[in-house]
Amino acid sequence: MTSFTRHFLRGIAASALMLTTVTAASAFTACQVTDTGGIDDNSFNQTAWKGVLDAQEKLGVEGRYLESQAESDYEANVNSLLGGQCDVIFTIGFLLGDATANAAKANPDQKFSIVDFAYDPTIPNVLGQVYATDQAAFLAGYLSAGMSKTGIVGTFGGINIPPVTIFMDGFSAGVDYYNEQKGTTVQVLGWNAESREGLFTNNFDSLDDGRAFAQNLYDEGADIVLPVAGPVGLGSAALADELGTEALKIVGVDADLYLTDPAKKHVYLTSIMKRMDSTVYQVTETTMKGEFEGGLIVGTLENEGVGLAPYHDMEDMIPADLKAEVEAIKQGIIDGSIKVGG
Amino acid sequence: MTTSIGKRELDDAGRALLNRSTRGRQDFEDLVVVPVFAVIVALILGALIMFATGVDLPTIGKSFVALAKGSVGSLSAVSETLTAAIPLVLAGLGLGLGFRAGLFNIGAEGQLLLGGTAAVVFSFTFDGLPFALLMPLSLLAGAVVGGLYASIAGILKATTGAHEVISTIMLNLISFQLLNYLLRQPFIQKEGRSDPISKSVPDAGQLPRLLDWIDPNLRVHAGLFLMLGAVALVWWLLFRSKIGFAFRASGENPDAARYAGIKSGLVIVAAMGTAGALAGLAGAAQVLGVLDRASPGFSAGIGFDAIALALLGRSHPVGILFAGLLFGGLEAGGRQMQVDAGVSIDLIAIIQALIIVFIAAPLLVRAIFPWGFRKSDNASGGSQ
Repeated sequence: MTSFTRHFLRGIAASALMLTTVTAASAFTACQVTDTGGIDDNSFNQTAWKGVLDAQEKLGVEGRYLESQAESDYEANVNSLLGGQCDVIFTIGFLLGDATANAAKANPDQKFSIVDFAYDPTIPNVLGQVYATDQAAFLAGYLSAGMSKTGIVGTFGGINIPPVTIFMDGFSAGVDYYNEQKGTTVQVLGWNAESREGLFTNNFDSLDDGRAFAQNLYDEGADIVLPVAGPVGLGSAALADELGTEALKIVGVDADLYLTDPAKKHVYLTSIMKRMDSTVYQVTETTMKGEFEGGLIVGTLENEGVGLAPYHDMEDMIPADLKAEVEAIKQGIIDGSIKVGG
Repeated sequence: MTTSIGKRELDDAGRALLNRSTRGRQDFEDLVVVPVFAVIVALILGALIMFATGVDLPTIGKSFVALAKGSVGSLSAVSETLTAAIPLVLAGLGLGLGFRAGLFNIGAEGQLLLGGTAAVVFSFTFDGLPFALLMPLSLLAGAVVGGLYASIAGILKATTGAHEVISTIMLNLISFQLLNYLLRQPFIQKEGRSDPISKSVPDAGQLPRLLDWIDPNLRVHAGLFLMLGAVALVWWLLFRSKIGFAFRASGENPDAARYAGIKSGLVIVAAMGTAGALAGLAGAAQVLGVLDRASPGFSAGIGFDAIALALLGRSHPVGILFAGLLFGGLEAGGRQMQVDAGVSIDLIAIIQALIIVFIAAPLLVRAIFPWGFRKSDNASGGSQ
């Protein structure tokens, strides 16, 4: 119940509403360790935390979280949730991979579930949650290529790690596919899928960087930018807000940013949703039922673990043909007739 | 920031005479009473801030219980407190030593980063050496690189007069990017990763954990002895050795020190180098004892917290040790506070900052707690 206070303060209306519905503490506790983006990043950690909140509301579990201030906190934070107080510990992010594996091996009776990390070989008490994000990013790339007036779109990432670059891969593959279909030459700045090099802020917390990187891409002609760096993207959204959405649109990641960033909602063309809330909720539910199993679950377009957010305010600006094409490609990816990965 | 540079020179002699009679009491008040009251006031203000942001009273009570429990309430809490204190104290000792020599070194963060990186790189490069060699030599590599990096600022100051505050801040910025660059080099970067992260420290290079035979989750490591040894060494260096006397004399009154035949340039470089070596050692202890590898920003602000720590400890090695334990306890307890009471860990940063504000403003503390202090009978009461 306690963590609500903070959410309430930060003005997150959804959580505030739930405040009234949560009653007594229950026997089952789900805990979460965030990465350095923080629990209220409007994106990555917050989406995963929403899964716990949903479970809190619907299943009556108790949720607790610990924010990591720095990389050196990961192990310490995981450790401070040990000792039987949590029925399942969610560790959010690829960078917690080592800390989670160590803690899981030292504490074989504690159940863990990590977002964005697949262990090979799997650890019996860890369930990895990974996402075919490139499928949804492919759609966003196609859409952006179709919407760009300058013929240039841009992207940048937080850190050059697979769960970040998979967005950029899918996005640039989507743009390539558009070019292939339409005979156009829309360019992607900020990521080269072959050389695995691109623009990275090297952090997941600086809104200033988000602004500066978007500015650079805009200066190079990009009129749609995809920031893949959690809260860093909020800085890019602030720039788009100032320049006007005619000049610069943002593609959100992780959550539907139209909903989680209401102050700047008009700048989002769409969002590439990685439904961590849904997988975290599922894992909580199966753990409650005593059916927890280590291994891997994969979110795809087909099982709605990933997806494209509604267009909201941009609905009328996007040509009906383009929308239909995006929908057709989605079906194509699901039935396997369109290949996303190279 | 004490007034050690400019004002001191003017009123130092007169004040010293006035103070002589009341020295013991004055020292006690400055070293012990002011910090203790500063901590109390900061905790009270912390509670008020929580209250003002809508946290209810039972939760505030619960969070302070959690703070105590998480810092000293169990074996694992003590272990976490000590683990957090080790790098803070090591870096704080370096900064305190610098302050004694009149140098305001802001560069501990960078020295710590490069020192830590050097220790990691040394350890996996010479993988195969036995523990008895590899671990101490890796620590040494950290100290040497940290010391060399800090001496850049020392040499710049000694030869050109470039102010160490500016140059160490700039050296910090350089070290952040240098680390990012280094961590991508094939001989440092971990195999199979495209993000900047180093290879792991081999087992023989690690500072062994002290209590893992009780519970594998207890992280306190042999860096604890390093920390205690460093406290003793720095105390000896400052108060019993010739070079330490030169440091202190230059810090108290550079002109007088020069008249006494102390080579100020040499003192500056030596003091910066020693401070940097201690910061580098802090970084090395952190990677060899806790993190196992270097990644961007692994210093986690320790170098900056250590500045506060050195001020809180009044630049005295024993004071720094206690200040480090306090900060370590706040960090470990803050985590518990977030888990148990759901109060943001950011609040801990606010409490730490408030402590420093009150330390830096002893007159304020004296005004709030007049009964805790002897009435000052001269103008120097609050000038420390």
